[in-house]
Amino acid sequence: MRSFLKPGAIVSAIVVLLFVAIVAAPQLFATHDALEGVAVDKFHAPSLTYLFGTDNLGRDIYSRVIYGAYLSLVSAAAAVGVGVVIGGLVGLLSGFIGGALDFVLMRVVDVLIAVPGILLALIVVASIGFGTWSVALGVGIGAAGAFARIMRSQVVRIRNEEYVEAARTLGVRWPAIMFTHVLPNSARPMIALAALELGSAILSVSALSFLGFGAQPPTPEWGSLVSSGRDFVAIAPWLSILPGVVILVAVLAVNRLSRAIGGDK
Amino acid sequence: MSGVLLAVSNLQIDYGTGSKATHAVRGVDFEVQRGAIVAIVGESGSGKSTISQALVRRLAEGGAIVGGGIVFDGRDLTALPERALRHIRGAQIGFVPQDPSNSLNPLIRVGEQIAEGLRLHKKLSKTDAAAEAVRILDEVGIPNPAARAQQFPHELSGGMKQRVLIGMAWSCSPQLVIADEPTSALDVTVQRQVLDRLESLARDTGTSVVLVTHDLAVAVDRADHIIVMRHGQIVEQGSVEQVLVNPTDEYTRELVAAAPGLSSSRLQPRPVGVSEKLTLAFRRNAGGTPTILEVEKLTKTYSLRGPAGRTQLVAADSVSFAIPRGGTFSIVGESGSGKTTTARIAARIVEPDSGVIRFDGDDISALRGEELRQLRRRIQVVYQNPFGSLDPTMTIERIITEPLRAFRVGSRAQQKDVAHALLDAVRLAPELASRRPVQLSGGQRQRVAIARALALGPELLVLDEPVSALDVSVQEQILQLLVDLQAEFGLSYLFISHDLGVIRQVSDRIAVMQFGRIVEQGDAGELLAQPKEQYTRDLLESIPGRRAQ
Repeated sequence: MRSFLKPGAIVSAIVVLLFVAIVAAPQLFATHDALEGVAVDKFHAPSLTYLFGTDNLGRDIYSRVIYGAYLSLVSAAAAVGVGVVIGGLVGLLSGFIGGALDFVLMRVVDVLIAVPGILLALIVVASIGFGTWSVALGVGIGAAGAFARIMRSQVVRIRNEEYVEAARTLGVRWPAIMFTHVLPNSARPMIALAALELGSAILSVSALSFLGFGAQPPTPEWGSLVSSGRDFVAIAPWLSILPGVVILVAVLAVNRLSRAIGGDK
Repeated sequence: MSGVLLAVSNLQIDYGTGSKATHAVRGVDFEVQRGAIVAIVGESGSGKSTISQALVRRLAEGGAIVGGGIVFDGRDLTALPERALRHIRGAQIGFVPQDPSNSLNPLIRVGEQIAEGLRLHKKLSKTDAAAEAVRILDEVGIPNPAARAQQFPHELSGGMKQRVLIGMAWSCSPQLVIADEPTSALDVTVQRQVLDRLESLARDTGTSVVLVTHDLAVAVDRADHIIVMRHGQIVEQGSVEQVLVNPTDEYTRELVAAAPGLSSSRLQPRPVGVSEKLTLAFRRNAGGTPTILEVEKLTKTYSLRGPAGRTQLVAADSVSFAIPRGGTFSIVGESGSGKTTTARIAARIVEPDSGVIRFDGDDISALRGEELRQLRRRIQVVYQNPFGSLDPTMTIERIITEPLRAFRVGSRAQQKDVAHALLDAVRLAPELASRRPVQLSGGQRQRVAIARALALGPELLVLDEPVSALDVSVQEQILQLLVDLQAEFGLSYLFISHDLGVIRQVSDRIAVMQFGRIVEQGDAGELLAQPKEQYTRDLLESIPGRRAQ
């Protein structure tokens, strides 16, 4: 609990809350329209009117970042959700049933972990089609291996706890034991890992969008904002740099906070 | 060699600082005479171990001596610099730790571990120290000491390791040895040998001993002077006779009454307040065969993979016994005797290799799946460790009603009523229903485990060491509760324990197990009064508290 009181953790918590608010109500934060630009104001340097400057179509980058937060952050969260559900299920079955199933599932997990997550996500996106949600699915599957391993190790430990055997001698059926005893007692490390994975999921989703696999223009998304600014980096460096800084801040804040949740300093 | 060796005055020890500090020891005064054995007796949390650690200034993290003095041989240990203390620890004050399995370095041969202290404090040469180490091993009663000195700790049994540690404590001829629960991790017969060794060493060398123990009977057997502690304070101290025969403090009286070694009679049932709401699944057991559970020729062999290849461990070797309905059948034995395996086979948790189990006249050895699950309504288990057998994420009410949910008995409201009625029956306050296991003491948790086992109205309870993880006075309460519930509900018990002192308080019939076999069984009174087998006599003699009788 004490680690929550460290200044770094408090600042991170505030930043994360701010991002949550932006996702929930972007219109409160945006100063301009995200899609319609003012043509005469193109390549405007950052100023009080245009906080992050404007792009080649005169669109306000700050407002585009604000509206893009929804896709970037929600798809990252969805990716983690996919990882938790798939990994959790695989780990639960593998650890609880054991035997041949455990062997087969764990070898699949070994393969998942051996292939770099971003590459795995690329394969998934390439096979099911472009778009933010396929990116989320791909990143989630890439992270599922780690979740499965954590879950399995927890389940194997919990399965041998005395209260599980006690439940069996009380006459509780196996499925009930799984959901009332094993699952709740395995949840804690999964939550800690999910928080940690959220940071890297933001990064992965942005990276895939940057490469053009995610949201298609003109939909605002952080990775694609950085990417489209690249063409004008000589005359308008803020187009790439400022959205990049936002990604950096988001990832740092989430990581710092997840470390506070995970319990170490 | 007389006079005061150690004088502790107004000692105060805190854990933590400021407003969060816990006062573990609150103003303790006592003296240890040269050559005397002083026992500090108390339950967990009484501060007895804290004192023993403070005497060598080795408090656990966060602990600090905040007041008072410890004068050892004319020097105040609380004021001494750390460097000077190093020459006292080991050389003048020896320490015997609680758990022998964690106290020896697993990578160093035991002889070398003793020799290390000798070279350091007595400045012996390498060869002299090695020879002296062998002599010490011999002195503490380890057979074939020269060969044992060359072995690693894992090659020694628990009792031998504790003897090695006792040898280490005495190796530099200290003036004082502090022994913190030196035998609580050991079997009863080994416990006696180790304590015998410790006592004779103390008497022969004239070393003073501070013996910290939770077991008043051990203190009575071994000490000259007894200090009884509770909540960080001394409630009573005096000679053994004074404490035992004429205790002035109420708590001491309770402890004397509760010590299993000191009271030999069977507990008498007292009425239980049972609410009428406890009718849902509940039957008061009356009918059925006179023998509720009968096992015939149970055999179970485990094959272990050790360093010397596969070895066969016979946990149960042709075990047969019968449990009378409404009575308590107890199995007593030391660790590795197979008593727990036998109980687990009888409760159909472990499959036997061969043998027959009959419950209420029916063969249940081959029951599977749903039939076996239905049997759980009639046979329930209470485990040894109340810290492990309750799911930490559940509330007490959910824990107690879990068997009702498993068998879909009653509505939610009815289940809640049953939980409260059961809490009442095991003498727990109804407010506890919404708490979680961590917020309960060990004794309270074991009551919850008993309430849960009773929820479906079983006929037979298998009690696997149900009190051995609890403090003595709590043990007594739980045993009394079990006896009361048995009379109230007509329950039959299969009771497993390593402690004959506990067994004789609750049993109607007793079986003594050793190496997987029942060496002797019979009526409790008869078996305890006239044991036929040597091993049973050994066990009986190992119960501490003989000096009191």
